[in-house]
Amino acid sequence: MNILRKKSTANLPFSETVIELFIRLCGISSIIFVFGIFFFVFREGADFLFNGLDLKEFLTSVEWQPTSLNNKRYGALALIVGTFSVTALAMCIAVPFGLGAAIFVSEFCSPKLRETFKIIIELLAAIPSVVWGFIGLTLMNQLIIAVFNVPIGLTMLNGSIMLALMSVPIIVSIAEDALKAVPDSYREAAEALGATRWQVVYRVLLPAAKNGLLAAVLLGAARSIGETMAVLMATGHSVNIPSGPLSWIRTLTATIAAELGEVARGGEHYQVLFIIGILLFTITFVVNLIADLVIKGIRQE
Amino acid sequence: MNTNGDNSSQITPVIQVSDLKVRYGDKSALNGISFDVHKNEILGIIGPAQSGKTTLLKVINRTLELTSGTTVEGSVKLDGVDISTINDVYGLRRRIGMVLPLPVGLPLSIYDNVAFAPRTGGIRAKSELDEIVERCLQQAALWDEVKDRLDTLGTKLSGGQQQRLTIARALSHQPEILCLDEFSIAVDPVTTMRIEDVLDTLRSEMTILLVTNLVQQAKRLANRTAFILNGDLIEIDTTEVIFSDNPTNQATYDYVNGNFG
Repeated sequence: MNILRKKSTANLPFSETVIELFIRLCGISSIIFVFGIFFFVFREGADFLFNGLDLKEFLTSVEWQPTSLNNKRYGALALIVGTFSVTALAMCIAVPFGLGAAIFVSEFCSPKLRETFKIIIELLAAIPSVVWGFIGLTLMNQLIIAVFNVPIGLTMLNGSIMLALMSVPIIVSIAEDALKAVPDSYREAAEALGATRWQVVYRVLLPAAKNGLLAAVLLGAARSIGETMAVLMATGHSVNIPSGPLSWIRTLTATIAAELGEVARGGEHYQVLFIIGILLFTITFVVNLIADLVIKGIRQE
Repeated sequence: MNTNGDNSSQITPVIQVSDLKVRYGDKSALNGISFDVHKNEILGIIGPAQSGKTTLLKVINRTLELTSGTTVEGSVKLDGVDISTINDVYGLRRRIGMVLPLPVGLPLSIYDNVAFAPRTGGIRAKSELDEIVERCLQQAALWDEVKDRLDTLGTKLSGGQQQRLTIARALSHQPEILCLDEFSIAVDPVTTMRIEDVLDTLRSEMTILLVTNLVQQAKRLANRTAFILNGDLIEIDTTEVIFSDNPTNQATYDYVNGNFG
């Protein structure tokens, strides 16, 4: 068998070989890029990460004073908490809406409405994040001031709503795929047993599609963690451990975006920003890895 | 239409189908068929693929209306009540057990598969569910094989076991009518014979509609047999007559004897 195979590859026409080589290059290049980015980010921050930076302070202190003249402090805890809290709140909003919308689109709406919905959801996904940031800065800001009677509306809540709006399209499209992947025979069998449509959904479809739905949520969360511009504009961008949804916060990503342009290349501050980059890279990598493993779990079932 | 034959015809029919027409879009699936099903009989329904047998079953448990673009004319009466006038369609579906051609173990445990319909019907008590699960698995001749692993996934069972699981599931809501749609397609001959034995016993408790692709199966089990061809009911009579050398219709003779189909 093996011999046969080798022979057939050797006999391929020249054009086939070229195409195969090209496709192979495309595949390998994506791996190279990922490693290249990681290498670059790591190289820029490595020197300070291993010599100089107090890692304990970096992870546990809330004092972020990289530009102070006589008391430089690189405590990123407030930024880490800011990133995770704004993402968590965003997921609290996005997950029910996203999964609800996916169930509606996949199970309850007419085929014609479904197409319209999918186009609109894709449109939602295509809106640039700076536009969401702008909406947060103007419209949502006013709205939060009016509703909660606070002086400034640029808060964690504002950022979370923007992030939720950005992750909902991802959650909807992946979750809908997961629900669509459940064989129709399950639906038919459950319906023949006298299950109502809602019973079919929560007794059969949700258990059957649970891995896909979890993957949808995790990828939505990964999108939220990595988002920069909208949170920079909408959350107040102030180093602070939040005490509630109406506190202002600052995230890891926004810090890099706001400060990297101002720092001296190669300096401590510059390197710390790259260390934040390493941290972000690690977080999103872990989230994506979990999502991947979960999706793999689905395929095996 | 010749509907008499054996003694059971004197009892009030459980199902009365009259002038049933079904169309998918502009394609006709059933062109106006009428027949009765008697209490506690096995009615074999035979005919080549695409002749409307499955559609007929879907009309009876009203799952056809889940497919868009279908139109149904005529009437199907269950115990004298037109099923299209029944408001509680979910209750109606639980009065009818349905076994589909390919076994569909729901992605739930064996126990939950069988307890599915009783639960949707509102039974919550564990002891009651336990009892139903055991009774149905016993009836479907599966209990001994799975009684020690009721919490494993139903989809992990072999094809034949899964088909018996779907039969247990169809029995779980104590249906008056059991519909089987070519249940032996994905089942080995030994299991098929075991299920046939099960059906033979169940005959005393319920009415069975047996759609089958194996004419010999109808011959073995059915009290009466209906032959459907291209959406028309060609003939319905006692199984002895259908499988005799002189049924009323020549097409019946040809089909039963394997001359076409």
